[in-house]
Amino acid sequence: MAKLPAGTLYRGKVGMWSWVLHRITGVAIFFFLLVHTLDTALVRVSPEAYDAVINTYKTPIIGLGELGLVAAILFHGLNGIRVILIDFWRKGAKYQNVMFWIVVVLAALLFIGFAPRHLAHVFHWNV
Amino acid sequence: MVTIETPRSPRSRKGAKWEKWGWLYMRASGVVLLVLIFGHLFINLFQNGIQAITFAFVAGKWADPFWKIWDGAMLWLALIHGTNGMRTIANDYTVRLGMRKFLNVTLWVVCFALIILGTLVITTFDPCSDPSVNQIADISIHCGK
Repeated sequence: MAKLPAGTLYRGKVGMWSWVLHRITGVAIFFFLLVHTLDTALVRVSPEAYDAVINTYKTPIIGLGELGLVAAILFHGLNGIRVILIDFWRKGAKYQNVMFWIVVVLAALLFIGFAPRHLAHVFHWNV
Repeated sequence: MVTIETPRSPRSRKGAKWEKWGWLYMRASGVVLLVLIFGHLFINLFQNGIQAITFAFVAGKWADPFWKIWDGAMLWLALIHGTNGMRTIANDYTVRLGMRKFLNVTLWVVCFALIILGTLVITTFDPCSDPSVNQIADISIHCGK
């Protein structure tokens, strides 16, 4: 069996996985942004055209997709702050690992605050 | 003997300088976008909720120039931020120069087209000019008809 390459400070660790996640969430948000610019542009076509397309955002499946979108935005935005701190803060590189877990916990807390309310909206629960 | 290929031309400083501004733009716009997008999500999806998003909702929001500027800034900053990020990814994963050029050109053309489209939509939006709007009670009260 081939011997696995020795670990580095970067490979397979928080540094690498935060980078991978930042890319994947970034691409996902980018493609949503393209669609969202076009659907919003329909306000200039007619109220009926805009409402017809925006109604598809209110269906259960897309509603669940919006949870994923918000999760991606929360991670990407907060991890972006971590990247900035690594670049500009004197101790940024030293604390990059713990900052990643702060990002994950903060994103999770915000997501937990958002998800029940959004699900209630999507599924018409009267809370 | 090991021969090292002679580089045909030194790297240009101009490209490096441009990359530095791109790098800085990602961070500067990122901080602003964090505020703009978190605020956008809080008001539209959390406070009002997805079921409340209608033409009338957008018209009500854009009756205030504050939200036009907010959404316009989001449009410009996010599209350039996203396109530049996609350019970085395209540069990382493409091998052939032709493919890289094609992807970069496509990305910036799409970015430019959507920024123009979105800006025109925000700046020329006038719900009162649409005759069918008179049937939507919560907008027509703003139209003075």
